[in-house]
Formats: sequence, C-alpha cells, structure tokens
Amino acid sequence: MTQYKKRKKIQHILHYSLLIILTIFIIIPFLLGLWTSLLPTADISKGALWSSHISLDNYVTAITQTPIIRYLFNSLVISLLTMFAQVIFCSMSAYSFVFLKFKGRDLLFYVFLATMMLPFEAEVIPNFTTVRDLGLLNHYAVMIIPFLTSAFGTFMLRQAFLQIPGELKEAGDIEGLSHWQYYYKVVMPYSKISVYTLAAYSFLSSWNQYLWPMLTTFSDNFRPVQDGLRQLQSQETFNNWGMIQASAAIIIIPTLIALFFGQHYFKSGLNEGAIK
Amino acid sequence: METQAKNPNFNIASKKKKSAELSLGYNPYAKDKLYAVLFLGPSLLILALFVFYPMLRTIYLSFFLTNNLGKPTVFVGLKNYFALFSSNAYINSLIATLVYVIAVSIFTIAIGLVLAQAATKKVAGINFFRTIFSATMGVSVSVAAIFWLFIFNPSVGLLSQLFTALNLTPINWLTEPGWAMTAIVISTVWMNLGFTFLIFFGALQSVPYTLYEAAQIEGVSKSYQFFHITLPMISPTIFFVSIITLIESFKSFGLIDLMTAGGPNNATNLLVYRIYQDAFLNGNYGLASTESVILAVIIALFTFIQFKVLEKRVTY
Repeated sequence: MTQYKKRKKIQHILHYSLLIILTIFIIIPFLLGLWTSLLPTADISKGALWSSHISLDNYVTAITQTPIIRYLFNSLVISLLTMFAQVIFCSMSAYSFVFLKFKGRDLLFYVFLATMMLPFEAEVIPNFTTVRDLGLLNHYAVMIIPFLTSAFGTFMLRQAFLQIPGELKEAGDIEGLSHWQYYYKVVMPYSKISVYTLAAYSFLSSWNQYLWPMLTTFSDNFRPVQDGLRQLQSQETFNNWGMIQASAAIIIIPTLIALFFGQHYFKSGLNEGAIK
Repeated sequence: METQAKNPNFNIASKKKKSAELSLGYNPYAKDKLYAVLFLGPSLLILALFVFYPMLRTIYLSFFLTNNLGKPTVFVGLKNYFALFSSNAYINSLIATLVYVIAVSIFTIAIGLVLAQAATKKVAGINFFRTIFSATMGVSVSVAAIFWLFIFNPSVGLLSQLFTALNLTPINWLTEPGWAMTAIVISTVWMNLGFTFLIFFGALQSVPYTLYEAAQIEGVSKSYQFFHITLPMISPTIFFVSIITLIESFKSFGLIDLMTAGGPNNATNLLVYRIYQDAFLNGNYGLASTESVILAVIIALFTFIQFKVLEKRVTY
C-alpha cells in the first residue's frame, strides 16, 4: 500500500468516526425515548434499561387512558386550517405587492415588514384580552384566527413572485386574464416550491405553538398536543415514564414521517429564503 | 435593453399590449384598487387586530398599574420601567437570558457547521447521516422536553447512571442553578440543530467547487481551505442563522416551562417566562407589559440589523 493510499484510508476512518460521534449525540434522545416507551415503568423506575417484558403496553395505556389521540386530532385540525389560511392570505397579499398598482403600496409593504419585528410573545397580554372579549377562549378559533396570515409568509412569497418573468404577465394580459385568474392559473403554479415551503413552515409553526394555546385553552376537547403533553406531565402520570415516552413517540412519528418525505422541498425552499 | 432588443417577441408583445389598452379605452389599473382591497384586506385586518393594536396597547399599558382583569387603573408614567431596572430579580433575569442566548447561538452555529461540513463529503451511507442530522427539525418543544427530562432525571436518567458507573457523583441537573442553565442550553441546541444543519448544508453546496480544486492544486491544507474559502463564502448564511437563532432564543418559553419552570431559584427565569409569570400568575399586567416592551425593543433591534444586512446583499 502506498503512503498516499494509507493516508486516504486514515482520513476515511477519521471521517466516519466524526460522523458516528455526531450521530450518537443527535440520535440518543430519540433512541432512548423510543426504547423506554417499550419497557414497563416499574423497570424504568429501577434505573434498568433492559427488561424481560418488552411490549407495546405503554402505547395501549397512552391511547386508552389519556386523551392523546384527541390532542393529536386537535393539533391536526388547527395546523391544517392555519396552513391553508396562510397559503391563501399570504399569497394574495404578496400578489398585491407584486402585480397590483395602487396608491400607498410601498408604504403598506413597509408596514408588513415592520410587523416581522414585533414578537408575538410580547403581545400576548392585549391579545389575550381581545380573544376573551370576542368570546373565543377555549375553542379551535382562538388558535387559528390570530395566525390566519403572516408577514413572514407574505414577504417570502413576494420574493418568489418577483422572480416570475414579466413576459408571463404580458401574455396573460393578452389572453385577457383577470388578476384573479392570473393569480391561480399562473402565479401559484409557477411558484409552487415556495408555496409548499410556506405550507410546511406554517404547519410546523402552528403545530409547535405552546405559549398561546396554554393561555387560551382549558379543556381536552380543544387542547393541542404540545400543551396536552404538558397536561399529562403535570398529572400524577408524570412518574409513569413508559407511558409518557409512548405519548411522545405517538406525537413525533407523524412529523418525522412528514419531514422525511418533505425534506427535499423543505431544503430547497429554506435555502432560497436564506440566500435571497 | 440588450436582451429586449434580441428577443423579437418582446416588441410584438408590448405593441399588442399597447393596442389592447387603447381598444379597452380605459386605464387598465383602475381595477387594481378593487383587487387590492380584496387581496390585502383580510391580511391587513388580522395584522391590525393581532399585531399593531396589541403592540400599541402593550406600550400604553406599560405606563399604568392594572387591575386583575388587565384594565389600566392608575397612570404611573415611567415608574414601571424604573421599578424593573432597579429590581435585582429583573436584572438577573436579563443576565440569565443573555447568557442563555449567547451560549445557545454559539453552540448551535459551531455544531451546525461541523455537522454540515461532515455531511458534504460523499462517502457511502452519507444520506443516512444527512437524514439523522436534520431529524430534530421534526421534534416539537414538548417532545424535546420529555426526551431531555428523562436523560437529566436524577434517579433514572442516563447521565446519572453514566456518572455512577464511572464512580462520579451524579449531578442534580435540574435543581442546581448553574447546571439547570446548562441543561436548558443543551436541550435547546439539540432542538435547533436540524434546522441549522439544513441551512448550512445548503450553503456549503453552493460554494463553487472550482475554488477547492484551485486550492488543492496549490497544495493548501484542509483546515486552511475551511477557514479561508468555506467560512468567507458562507459568511452571509452564518450571519442569517446567528440572527434567527438569537431572536428565537430571546423568545424561548416552552422548554423553560416544561423543564425548570424558571427555577431553581430563578436561575432559568428568562424574559418571556417572567412576562408569563407576572401577567398570568401574579396578575401584574402593567409590569408585564413593561417587560414586553423591553423584549420587543431587543428583538426589533436584531430584526432591523438583519433587514439592513439582507438589503445590502440583495443589491450586490
């Protein structure tokens, strides 16, 4: 073996070692969670990481004795509706900023941009009062209505719409397309990667909401998963580690599957946003 | 202009458009106003109600004492602000937040870069590693909290067992102030890595390969290549990720609530958690509004810097 080949081989081994160390750091919490979800809590409490009773019992307990499936359903309803609303409203406002000519357009765009600077977390007090006065507390609506649109989504789609060649608009004008037709026949299909990215982004941010639903929902009928898990933790079941881990696994599996399949779109979309 | 002249269809199209306008006999933009109302109206309404109004209202409330329903009672001017900045508890909270934000940002970016760099080399099975590295993107805050609570658990946790096995005294991760902060930082960094990895990985892919080829011909070492080619080429992305991570860390709430509830001894009582406590647990809405204004100013500042830098990059 030549010197060069030897060095190559050592580099190769070092590289794999690095990859494996990094993988361990990232994957251990997942694996530990999934593994303990299969063990009886009695064994986990003794500090054992092995048991002769490996089973799906914890999953059965979680599904039959806690509202975890209801939480999951609630989150799905809230996140899907928020996602569709944001795709529609953000794309329509982005369309206005790119293709419509009207007085005060640029000023309004800066107003939109300015809202991106204001963190929702700093506004929960008046927002709580507003939804209380509107009688929206403890309902799906309270977790959807404030997030029907987003300045970030509008900004992102505006960047995408600006890339559409001007010739297309001219061709559309010749065809006699109205703005409405041009919007859904040309603009939306043309920018579909960005639209999908926004859809994934808004779904995930709604899914991950924590503070707002915690303040505004008080019953299992409307509580989304994030706060549902908090609820399970704060009850006596907290020491039932096996069941808690099973609940976490039930929640994480759909998002991991979605991520796995959506990875390609997400990657290119995110980078578009980051580079522009 | 050149491309327009070269494209024979362009002139025809614009001529046709002009004749279409003439034959219409009215300004084609007249309808735009109606469409603007229709297309922009809903978004504007929502933003006005849930972003602009509450910001103004928060600023307004920060000058008042309030009753337990959140209605202002006594105007106190800047007293809430003075009260906060002379309160040790708030200053400690501010310092804890800064420590948290800086630690999270540094580790997120450093580890994220290492992950991305390690994943660029095309070796067998690399797609498996890439998928794992991006996996924490699918983890929500409550799931992350459960995973890490189990690892940090003093009696059954993996770390305690590991320490015991190595004959070391196990650390009470979540009940000792310094360690609680460390635990929160580790959990947050872990959660951030998926997103950060994807962004950095994409940026590394866009560095022209010819630069590395030239460096190899010159016989430059790998580490020199990393610091003198890779880092400068992706510096805009590093900046973007830093700002995003800083802003998101300032807004941290879920992990704190689930893992430490601001404790022990307020060691992890970060800004947003304090707002929540003062407003919704103690009913002190005026003071909490003042804290909100301070948080908003900090975040607005970082967002503004980001816009300024992005703007510069777009024009070049």
